[in-house]
Amino acid sequence: MRAYLVLEDGSWYEGEAIGAEGHTTGELVFNTGMTGYQEVLTDPSYAGQIVLMTYPLVGNYGLNPEDQESFRVQVAGFVVREACDSPSNWRARLALHDYLAMHGVVGIAGVDTRAITRRIRERGVMMGTLTTDETPADAFERLQNTPRYEEGDFVFRVTTPEPYKWGYNGLEPMSAPDDRYRYRVAILDCGVKWNIPRRLASLGVRSLILPATTPAHEILALNPDGILLSPGPGDPARLSSVVTTIRELIGKKPIAGICLGHQLLCLALGASTYKLKFGHRGCNHPVKNLLTGQVAITSHNHGYAVVPESLANTGLEITHLQLNDGTIEGVRHPDLKLITLQFHPEAAPGPWDSRPFFAEFLRLIEEPLVNTAS
Amino acid sequence: MPIDKSLRKVLVIGSGPIVIGQAAEFDYSGSQACRSLREEGLEVVLMNSNPATIMTDPETADRVYIEPLTVEFAERVIAQERPDGLLPTLGGQTGLNLATELAVRGILDKYGVRLLGTPLTAIQAAEDRERFRELMRQIGEPVPESWIVESIGELRRVAERVPYPCIVRPAYTLGGTGGGIAHNPDELLDIGARGLELSMRHQVLVERSLLGWKEIEYEVMRDGADNAIVVCNMENIDPMGVHTGDSIVVAPSQTLSDFEYQLLRTASLRIIRALGIQGGCNVQLALNPHGSDYYVIEVNPRVSRSSALASKATGYPIARIAAKIAIGLRLDEIRNPITGTSAAFEPALDYCVVKIPRFPFDKFPTGDRALGTQMKATGEVMAIDRTFEGALMKAVRGLEIGVSDLRYPPAMHLSPMELETLLATPNDLRLFYIAEAFRRGWLVEEVHGLSQIDPWFLNKIRNLVELEQELIACSGELRALLAGTDTHTSSSAPTQWERGVMGELKQATKASSLALLRRAKEWQFPDKFLAQITGLTEAQVRAGRKALGILPAFKMVDTCAGEFEAQTPYFYSTYHGEHDRPASAHPRKALVLGSGPIRIGQGIEFDYSAVHAVKTLREMGYYAIILNNNPETVSTDFDISDALYFDPVTLEDVLNVLEYEASALPEGEERSVLDIPVLVQFGGQTAINLVKSLRAFGVAMLGTPPESIDIAEDREQFDALLKALDIPRPPGRAVLTLQEALETAHTVGYPVLVRPSYVLGGRAMEIVRSDAELTTYWQSAIRAFPDAPVLVDKYIEGTEAEVDLISDGKHVLIPAIMEHIERAGVHSGDSMTVVPPQTLTESEQAQIIDYARRLARALRVCGLMNVQFVINDGCVYVIEANPRASRTVPYLSKITGVPMVKLAIAVQVGHPLPPCSETTPSKALPHIAVKAPVFSSLKLRQVEVALGPEMRSTGEVMGIDRNYAAALYKAMVAAGIRIPRKGNVLFTLADKDKVEGVALARAFHERGFKLYATHGTARALKKAGLPVQIVPKIGQGSPDLLDYILHKRVQLLINTPSPERKAEQQGLLIRRAAVEHGIPCLTTLDTAWALLQAMEAKQFEVAPIGASG
Repeated sequence: MRAYLVLEDGSWYEGEAIGAEGHTTGELVFNTGMTGYQEVLTDPSYAGQIVLMTYPLVGNYGLNPEDQESFRVQVAGFVVREACDSPSNWRARLALHDYLAMHGVVGIAGVDTRAITRRIRERGVMMGTLTTDETPADAFERLQNTPRYEEGDFVFRVTTPEPYKWGYNGLEPMSAPDDRYRYRVAILDCGVKWNIPRRLASLGVRSLILPATTPAHEILALNPDGILLSPGPGDPARLSSVVTTIRELIGKKPIAGICLGHQLLCLALGASTYKLKFGHRGCNHPVKNLLTGQVAITSHNHGYAVVPESLANTGLEITHLQLNDGTIEGVRHPDLKLITLQFHPEAAPGPWDSRPFFAEFLRLIEEPLVNTAS
Repeated sequence: MPIDKSLRKVLVIGSGPIVIGQAAEFDYSGSQACRSLREEGLEVVLMNSNPATIMTDPETADRVYIEPLTVEFAERVIAQERPDGLLPTLGGQTGLNLATELAVRGILDKYGVRLLGTPLTAIQAAEDRERFRELMRQIGEPVPESWIVESIGELRRVAERVPYPCIVRPAYTLGGTGGGIAHNPDELLDIGARGLELSMRHQVLVERSLLGWKEIEYEVMRDGADNAIVVCNMENIDPMGVHTGDSIVVAPSQTLSDFEYQLLRTASLRIIRALGIQGGCNVQLALNPHGSDYYVIEVNPRVSRSSALASKATGYPIARIAAKIAIGLRLDEIRNPITGTSAAFEPALDYCVVKIPRFPFDKFPTGDRALGTQMKATGEVMAIDRTFEGALMKAVRGLEIGVSDLRYPPAMHLSPMELETLLATPNDLRLFYIAEAFRRGWLVEEVHGLSQIDPWFLNKIRNLVELEQELIACSGELRALLAGTDTHTSSSAPTQWERGVMGELKQATKASSLALLRRAKEWQFPDKFLAQITGLTEAQVRAGRKALGILPAFKMVDTCAGEFEAQTPYFYSTYHGEHDRPASAHPRKALVLGSGPIRIGQGIEFDYSAVHAVKTLREMGYYAIILNNNPETVSTDFDISDALYFDPVTLEDVLNVLEYEASALPEGEERSVLDIPVLVQFGGQTAINLVKSLRAFGVAMLGTPPESIDIAEDREQFDALLKALDIPRPPGRAVLTLQEALETAHTVGYPVLVRPSYVLGGRAMEIVRSDAELTTYWQSAIRAFPDAPVLVDKYIEGTEAEVDLISDGKHVLIPAIMEHIERAGVHSGDSMTVVPPQTLTESEQAQIIDYARRLARALRVCGLMNVQFVINDGCVYVIEANPRASRTVPYLSKITGVPMVKLAIAVQVGHPLPPCSETTPSKALPHIAVKAPVFSSLKLRQVEVALGPEMRSTGEVMGIDRNYAAALYKAMVAAGIRIPRKGNVLFTLADKDKVEGVALARAFHERGFKLYATHGTARALKKAGLPVQIVPKIGQGSPDLLDYILHKRVQLLINTPSPERKAEQQGLLIRRAAVEHGIPCLTTLDTAWALLQAMEAKQFEVAPIGASG
């Protein structure tokens, strides 16, 4: 079946439909990872976005039950050069097309993904729509009447409606006991990837995963040893309610922030954020740790970043910088026991170089609080 | 970490001659490293014995020494240059071994030279099996169970315990020399004993076999501050058990999930950190196809063939960065020259890369084609496309093995049993057998069961076969579509109804044929294939395809999948989507054709010419474009040309590049492909073979007129020309039938030299001495080359000589005359050569020059030409003329200082040669230079060692010094011949050589050697009064001939092949035995004389090339 990808600048591409039929709209972004499409598809931070994979052969090793990063496919749509219909890997259960269809996600294959990537690189991310049931002209008209990505409140769509726990055996109900764990960490779920609680569990940590709407006093009432602010989709500046919650948590508990969590923590201390031209999405970004001088190759998925100058009066210290464009990739506040990363130490997909971040968080938990917030 | 200020001068060691397992990739890495170091303001001294390389050009380094890569000569260079540091990890295993020895013997300490980059301890920890395994155990990385063996006794004990099949790997050798897979104790004892012999450490590893596991490689970089990255990972399509150099390889890995990719990535980084590598490193791992367990197989603590492949596959210049790390820079301080971003990142590919090895079995029909852990390929091709299918098809058509798609006709005739065996045993043609199996309807599961190749790859190959079959089934419709004619040929006018329904039907057929055709091109089915199945000409297919709008797009290899704007001129074609950017509007462009994969007869020396052609064109203000598909070469380095097209060197691809490059119009001008001249003289026979078809497409070619190329290549026309010029040549002619061949032989008289015309490197060339031999030859040659006429020439036994000349059609410059040390009958590529000539008289030399000049003028040569001569009794005959750069161009350029390629290009773009350049400067040379061939005989078992008319060498070395003996000595030592100063020499000579053999034996006797000989030879020696001990032939006594060699009771074997079949079987056996046991084996008397002369060498001089000329 024919499918079209229509962009807000009026350009359109014809390809072959994969996954569900119908149409979908979102911000078109590209990801340069050569593996990890299942993790990308199920990463809640891609909510509201149509993801294009720059690597042309997607679906080679199929899809399996273990590599899910959340309950469902989160991307608004999927764009590939070629979708593999006979995957090969001992864990493979489904082919890409069937998996997308099962999750009701519209995709397109057979388009010149490199040309589209270049267009995004040159003009910045833009809104796009995928359709199997309209002409490009009709789709373009519909696209112009669709709200923009920046106006979407995706966090509240992807956050868990009910709290749950994560431990050695994966997902568990809130009633599960915590006695076999060294620490308990509350994760404020703005779109958490399951590899975060998985990494924590591997260190003997129990995760309590809470809806993004949970008020600060309820979080503190659970008396966690630390709080982790999860990654998530959308413009952080729109999340004033969550920022308020975080502000109330600062100084009370050690806090780690990842990606959106990093941005929100900075916002809570008075910094500001801006939108990148076409974001960082891939598994090959070099990030320099300013404390050690070491460079790590890291997994990225962010379209916003913290304005460097805005950190001036926050007491936050920059700890990580992206080597190519100097984007802030991590900050800390030793007194308040805050550490953050803009990129993804949990990987999935991507390099495992930054896994020690979780151990560092535990060390922060282990040290007593020096002084409380002033 | 800034560059160490105490470091001013660095010595870089090259990899020596091209042998199987160590090819042009080290010229690429070495010359890139030299550029990189000089960029940082360091003085670079380079040492390499291989004159055919770009790296030994005087301009590559501050001073270049072409000297044998031995401790003796390295110490001389060090003593003379006193470098501060030595960079050992860019010269392959040869360079690394030499550096290790220099360090271990205390020579580096003696002269205060520091080893740069990876520390010696790391090198030793990576290369010493036991230390490596211990280290892996310490860091918790799994290694397969194994046993270290250091003696035959231990080998016997281990043979009782190991699980079979098991793998045998000798320590400290290159390309897995001497390794193998043993299926039972007998095989283990055989392979193990040989391995012990070959290992520098007398150490062999016997290891659990992981046959069938996925073989995955990671190319890793680490700097001195412990930053480490992965440049690229690669998946071998052939699972574990086949040497990665012999495997079809794809980059990046295709069947690994992110979890598996990161699991192995993390392991690789942990390993490079534990070892403490500073620079590039290659980690090989085996991954269970049914689980996530893996084993670490081995680590190369240096830049390797795989890193060259990874560099070209990703655009990331590994050698360049490794050199900078070695002098103390950190990854984050180095820029990625392509994107301007930091070198501390991991390339993201948005295409698929396929590498296919090129094997020498066309030259070695008796060679064992089964592939194992010992590498057999001489070269490789790489192809890039947006689909695996496309990349695979491109790689296949670029191999130049006589196929242009997956159809290999002999596979059709195989029985099912035969096909099963060929699928189950890895071999060089397995890809084509897999395709044949799918053509016969075999299932992916069946082929997987036999080959253990991952079903993902098999499905892709099956896709290609299915499309191939569909295309063949629809060839009628495709023909109509491409020819632009109608399939409907009704004579009466169609009715209204017919027009309606038929019209729709036709439209539908047309649409589906068009879709089919698009798919075929997307998957890179060549126009040639479409021409074959439709019966159209390739020109018609091309025109039809273009009319239908099916054109290739050119995409960039930019290291970052399009994320950043890149300034790199590195492109590949794909039949889908749009161009990355418009072609340059530069007003003056020229295209240089590369020479494709390295094979015997067409090696690195052609890449040398191509690179110089490009450089010269750029200097002259041209926008120089190169087309080549060999990832090992300097010419495919992205910063050599203005535009690099990494695509096969075939007609279709050349035309595609020309049309694309011509598409950009300079302001107010019109341009067609005609305005972009093609240079065909610098790409070996690959490019020359395209001349006719390019001319048919009206492509402009610079250089010698194509008609002249035809004359030089066509026997009858060439004969006529020589006759007209009154230049003698050995009598003979081209024949088409055996009857004609016999008649010709009778007319000119035996012995005769026979060979098919239009083949390279003396393939299937033989000296024939009787009707019976000629008949036998005819039958085998006809089978191999059914359509080619066969040349039958009088064989003149004399001295051979050759010249490479540059001409503008009027003036002719001959830099030097090369004299062959072995007399006629040995292929010119395999004989030792000396400049200036040592035995030719003044008048013979004058005649050679005169003939060469007359030929050049008559052929209106514009650029380079190579002419070969044989001299007998004062009479000079022309044997052949090749109107292109020959393999001796780099050697000659270096010793004479004449920039031959540069002059040739100047001539080709219209600058006449200055008349004063007509002299022959070699007469004034203060040095004597000897070029010696190097064979890869150790790698190819069951293959002939004796010199003959068919070329077998894979590489060459040069010895240069003030006198002939010293130059000979250096050349022989550099070629790996251990020159005995005393001891026992064993003669076993053909009857024709016995008279001259006596004189030779006497000379050895006089030098104090003890003489041994087989019965017949001994009788001749005794008769001449020489003391000789008789050695029984094989099986005729004990100890026999073979025992003498196996137990090293002789230090030198002189064996000349006899035309007698029975004697020859023994001859081959003992020659192989000598090679495999490291005893020098000389197969012509001339070589033996030269060896005697080399023994006279007493004093040596090491001097940089081009310094004191």
